[in-house]
Amino acid sequence: MPGRLARYRGGLRAGLGFGAAAFVVGISFGVVAEPVMGSVAPIVMSTVVFAGASQFGVVAVLASGGDAATAIATGAMLNARFLPMGVAAASALRGSRLRRALEGQAIVDASWALAARGDGAFDREAMLGATVPQYPAWVVGTVIGVLFGGTLGDPEALGLDAIFPAFFLGLLAAELGRPRAVAAVLIAGAIALGLTPFLPPGLPVLLASSAALIGLWRR
Amino acid sequence: MAAMSEVWITIGGLFAATVAIKAAGPVILGGHRLPGGALAVISLLAPALLTALILTDTFAREQELTVDARAAGLACAGVAVALRAPLLVTVLVSAVGAAAVRAVT
Repeated sequence: MPGRLARYRGGLRAGLGFGAAAFVVGISFGVVAEPVMGSVAPIVMSTVVFAGASQFGVVAVLASGGDAATAIATGAMLNARFLPMGVAAASALRGSRLRRALEGQAIVDASWALAARGDGAFDREAMLGATVPQYPAWVVGTVIGVLFGGTLGDPEALGLDAIFPAFFLGLLAAELGRPRAVAAVLIAGAIALGLTPFLPPGLPVLLASSAALIGLWRR
Repeated sequence: MAAMSEVWITIGGLFAATVAIKAAGPVILGGHRLPGGALAVISLLAPALLTALILTDTFAREQELTVDARAAGLACAGVAVALRAPLLVTVLVSAVGAAAVRAVT
């Protein structure tokens, strides 16, 4: 494995690409959230929550008239994937409990996927480096989306709702080389789509994570 | 527009929940290594979760499954990914694809 500084720089470099995409996704979040939450709340949310899927999920719940408890539950379920991600990252995080808790906040999908190597080891420096450009990109993108959403017009007419899945597809492509990743993708996809008609949004995604149990299957 | 009190309660609650979820693994497990089976499962969590998010964000409206312009956006993103385009290009192409389908339908 290369030195710590080199791994941090490598993460930072990848993070610039992730950050450019997060910037565009952040704009689309600001545009979508402003009519539902006003102009200040979406910016505060991006600053303190910093988790796109849950933020889009919460806006959808509030827009359809859901209350705060439902919105929080939906957002928390969409973020529940950070729990197993944090378990994977824990092997590489050192220092006091507070420091580990703080470094754990750097877990976002793109950085985690970059840092989680196929053999189960975890690259702490790559994750931290990759998150550094994404955070300001996400917040500034949200600000721009909130400020200029009104002049942009209908976010759906601009295709902004297609941006988030495209972002995840780009991340997924880098994952397919792992052993049994294709099988996990097929099973997870079947679970997510199969359960969508029967469960509230968020739960099918969380339950689809059980597809990863195929990793226990020995040939 | 949703009631502002609900909005701020939601932000506070989701903030607390997200911080706790992200901190749980690192705080409880610290620098301990996990057994091989657990690592094999963990390494497959990202592809499984990304797949689920992609499909539900594209084909679900609440609890209903639909095929609409978002599917065209995802197809465009798929072409970009197959051509090894950078992530930024991939997301922009998907927006253009979905917008184009909405413009003609």
